[in-house]
Amino acid sequence: MSDKIGTLTWISGPVVRARGSRKVGMLELVEVGEERLVGEVIGLKGDTFTVQVYEETAGMQPGAPVYGTGLPLSVELGPGLLQSIYDGVQRPLPLIEESMGSFISRGAHFDPINREKRWRYIPKVKVGDEVKGGTILGIAMETDTFEHKVMVHPDDSGTITWVPKTGEYTVTDPIAKIKTGKEEKELTMLQRWPVRQPRPFIQRLGVSIPLITGQRILDMFFPVAKGGAAGIPGPFGSGKTVTQHSIAKYADAEVIVYIGCGERGNEMTEVLQEFPHLVDPRNGRPLMERTVLIANTSNMPVAAREASIYTGITIAEYYRDMGYSVALMADSTSRWAEALREVSGRLEEMPAEEGYPAYLASRLAEFYERAGYVENLNETKGSVTIVGAVSPPGGDFSEPVTQHTKRFIRCFWALDNSLSSARHFPAINWLDSYSEYIDGVADWWQEKVGKDWLGMRNQSMELLSEESRLSQIVKLVGPDALPDAERMILETSRLLREGILQQNAMDEVDAYSTVEKQIRMLELVLHFHELGMKIIKRGAVISVIHDLPVVDTLIRMKNDVANDELNKFDDIEKQIDKQMSQLDAEYR
Amino acid sequence: MSDVTVGGGQEVLGVTRIDGPIMIVEGAANISYDEVVEIRDSKGRLRRGRVLEVGEEMAVVQIFSGSTGLSIDGTSVRFLGDTLHMPVSEEMLGRIFDGLGNPIDGGPEPLTDHYKDINGLPINPTARVYPRDYIQTGISSIDGLNTLLRGQKLPLFSGAGLPHDKLAAQIVRQATLGKPVGTQTDAEAEEFAIVFAAMGVKNDVADYFRRSFTESGALNRVAMFLNLADDPPVERIVTPRAALTLAEHLAYDLDKHVLVVLTDMTNYGESLREISNIRGEVPSRKGYPGYLYSDLSSLYERTGRIRTSKGSITQIPILTMPNDDITHPMPDLTGYITEGQIVLGRELFFAGIYPPVAVLPSLSRLMKDGIGKGHTRDDHPHWGAQLYAAYARTQDVRALASVIGEEELSEVDQKYLKFGRAFEREFINQGSDENRSIERTLEIGWKLLSIMPKNELTRVTLDEIAQYYQEEDAAN
Repeated sequence: MSDKIGTLTWISGPVVRARGSRKVGMLELVEVGEERLVGEVIGLKGDTFTVQVYEETAGMQPGAPVYGTGLPLSVELGPGLLQSIYDGVQRPLPLIEESMGSFISRGAHFDPINREKRWRYIPKVKVGDEVKGGTILGIAMETDTFEHKVMVHPDDSGTITWVPKTGEYTVTDPIAKIKTGKEEKELTMLQRWPVRQPRPFIQRLGVSIPLITGQRILDMFFPVAKGGAAGIPGPFGSGKTVTQHSIAKYADAEVIVYIGCGERGNEMTEVLQEFPHLVDPRNGRPLMERTVLIANTSNMPVAAREASIYTGITIAEYYRDMGYSVALMADSTSRWAEALREVSGRLEEMPAEEGYPAYLASRLAEFYERAGYVENLNETKGSVTIVGAVSPPGGDFSEPVTQHTKRFIRCFWALDNSLSSARHFPAINWLDSYSEYIDGVADWWQEKVGKDWLGMRNQSMELLSEESRLSQIVKLVGPDALPDAERMILETSRLLREGILQQNAMDEVDAYSTVEKQIRMLELVLHFHELGMKIIKRGAVISVIHDLPVVDTLIRMKNDVANDELNKFDDIEKQIDKQMSQLDAEYR
Repeated sequence: MSDVTVGGGQEVLGVTRIDGPIMIVEGAANISYDEVVEIRDSKGRLRRGRVLEVGEEMAVVQIFSGSTGLSIDGTSVRFLGDTLHMPVSEEMLGRIFDGLGNPIDGGPEPLTDHYKDINGLPINPTARVYPRDYIQTGISSIDGLNTLLRGQKLPLFSGAGLPHDKLAAQIVRQATLGKPVGTQTDAEAEEFAIVFAAMGVKNDVADYFRRSFTESGALNRVAMFLNLADDPPVERIVTPRAALTLAEHLAYDLDKHVLVVLTDMTNYGESLREISNIRGEVPSRKGYPGYLYSDLSSLYERTGRIRTSKGSITQIPILTMPNDDITHPMPDLTGYITEGQIVLGRELFFAGIYPPVAVLPSLSRLMKDGIGKGHTRDDHPHWGAQLYAAYARTQDVRALASVIGEEELSEVDQKYLKFGRAFEREFINQGSDENRSIERTLEIGWKLLSIMPKNELTRVTLDEIAQYYQEEDAAN
């Protein structure tokens, strides 16, 4: 399969040049040197071609051979992806550990998907059926409960001439034969797809279902729709990774693809050690069973970091094609952009802003456009939601990666250092963040909880922005100068901030809130506000409202009321009514 | 890595260009990328270098000790055929080396069969053990609010003139494996070692650390790698790598708990920038190369624990932030890689507080997994969050007080002011040889929290308040 196509002439870190072929294609996968290090052709000039190598090149010499494969950089798709942990070019890290020990040396060649493991397979087509790209041939049980839909490769179609019985098969066993024209072809559960090419679908559909994450500030204030794209920019220490982890744990997607792109090794280890023990709140299965991890930590080869994003999104699209909702976390897209910059610098390309190549924006656009809620080739509906972390240098949102990302996402969760240093987590600034999915998902909320979510949300946002204005005045003249009605706004905003927006990802009860709990909490705070305003109008002073015992209860309800104890909220409501009516009586 | 000529390798004369520490050599075949070279000047003196870029019969070489005295003619270059390796052994503890790993204490070359590539290899994330054991440093602002764990990388962000060296030396002196409050500290002599790497620091600083290690009787467990301010800047690229290569051997082959102190990373970054600029690379921010993040991570990520060894590497890099600017590329990119940061603040320093740890911008990311139940004490996480929240509020109150005056503040706000002052003087402030137990740290914290009325303490549970809150007469 791989012939020698050239010899190396120049080496500079992950970028090498070779001479000898005019036939090698752009983005073709090549193997470099006797160790056959994997690389990808990124430039052609006459018979000289430039390759980015996905492994360390130290010790390599000009004159070493380069082998062509004739294929673009691809991933293997099939049952066995879930629960896997790969590096940026889909090499299974546990196998690398088994054969090389604790450190990753180069030249590892392993099948991404286990060839020996047998999967229980149930065919869903019969002889004589016409199938086309995307048609579901059968179901492989990827975990005890997860149905992996085995599909015809998008490029294949024909008439089924043979199907096996229900049974246990490996990914390379034939599971159907199709006839196209005169040719007969065996199909297996395993297929390949080039990572830089989006998988096809029939059409995009409008997004209207929110991705519920159990995080109150996200779900109620800045929701992302299934099939949408969100960005989390923030300086270091502001909680990007914790937020990403929380979403990976609690989002109501059926499959999670988590890409650790140029981030810390210990963080990936945390996910690896924690997820198998965490239970999915919806079906009681270990979280790892719905997760694919891609870990290309910051000290692993930089070119593979560039590829990791594409490897991840292709796997996400594959599960989307089965009709599942998939959420993809990329932590962090800035490291991916830096990998682009590093390779671009070695190619001596003309830089645009801050050394980034001019094609940064178009690459970002290509990536985020692979999110979507779509009608698949097999007419099922599936979605890929992208949540990309951005790490702006110095927390400065005007830098190129943040700015370009903002153009291609519709939901922006701005992390704020001043909140995180006050240990207000998630440190998402409610005045700088936005979501363009709010109107789209309003109907879903109405149907799901039967309450006017949009109205309550907007009222709360109004209070919070009013608070921001008032606190400017307080800073100048002190709170005593404000009339009590305005101080009531400050009091309610404090309840919103401390009682609702703050959420402790480490607390057993608080880490995840169902939508029912969320909306009830918001309702109670607004109810408190309404009654408080009435009494203030009667002449009550703010300090008596501030000192009501129920204020403390409202702040603590996030920890005190578990998701399955919603009736406790009725008690809290009664307490509000009782304590307020006592005050009311005093001022009547 | 001695100056003794290593036999073998091909020797060529074709130096065509010398530009600062960078040299272009032509006419050699079969050169490997990243290979070590030995350069002989016209007087026969030797120096070392490394191949940065290689083409057909052409190589770009970086000279570690600078190019002073080299000439186009008369300089010969021997390509040694391998990447930079150094000998490592347990005997290197108690010794002092230069920035390239050659002994400078008059002792012999370390005897060993172990030669390791100084660039190391990335640890496979699946092979790591997540850090969970906390290190008790005896410093309240660290143990209580920014707990350091074994296998963590936690830098000190400082500024010129601030006592970062004093603090680092105190941490090294006092660090012991933390135990939950109430359990006996058994005197199991765990194997620990310290690897100290100085990059471009003044001789006094290196001397200060050496004295401090001697005083604490730890000198025979310390290996020092010194590239001082007047040593060649390019050598600085090698210094932390040499230190970490030894640390990895001690931790992962010999099961020791190794604390690595790297100072000053800002000088390291400047060397990197210098080389990058001479090579004409496209700069990113402030002239630093685009690969600064990847380069720094190849150092910082050599921290941690692995499953096949009992040992660990904990890193404390020290950075002086130019102009105290935390958004400068060095602290900024460091903060994105390390697991938190301890920031020293000038205002506290001027107020006479030692250690001047600016609590609000400081952070330990791993602390959540090493404190609380089974690690320190159950109330620790909430206690910490409450202290943070209260101190953050204090800052707002201070801003307000500076406008309207203290007398105009509400009663609660006045209590916050009182808390803030006490927090800085009693909690953050401590003696440079005061070694506080975690229990003592928690106790001081509760005493300070008790300055405030109970209903302000919303981050701690009611049970915790019942157990630890000190009623007014007790607190005064």
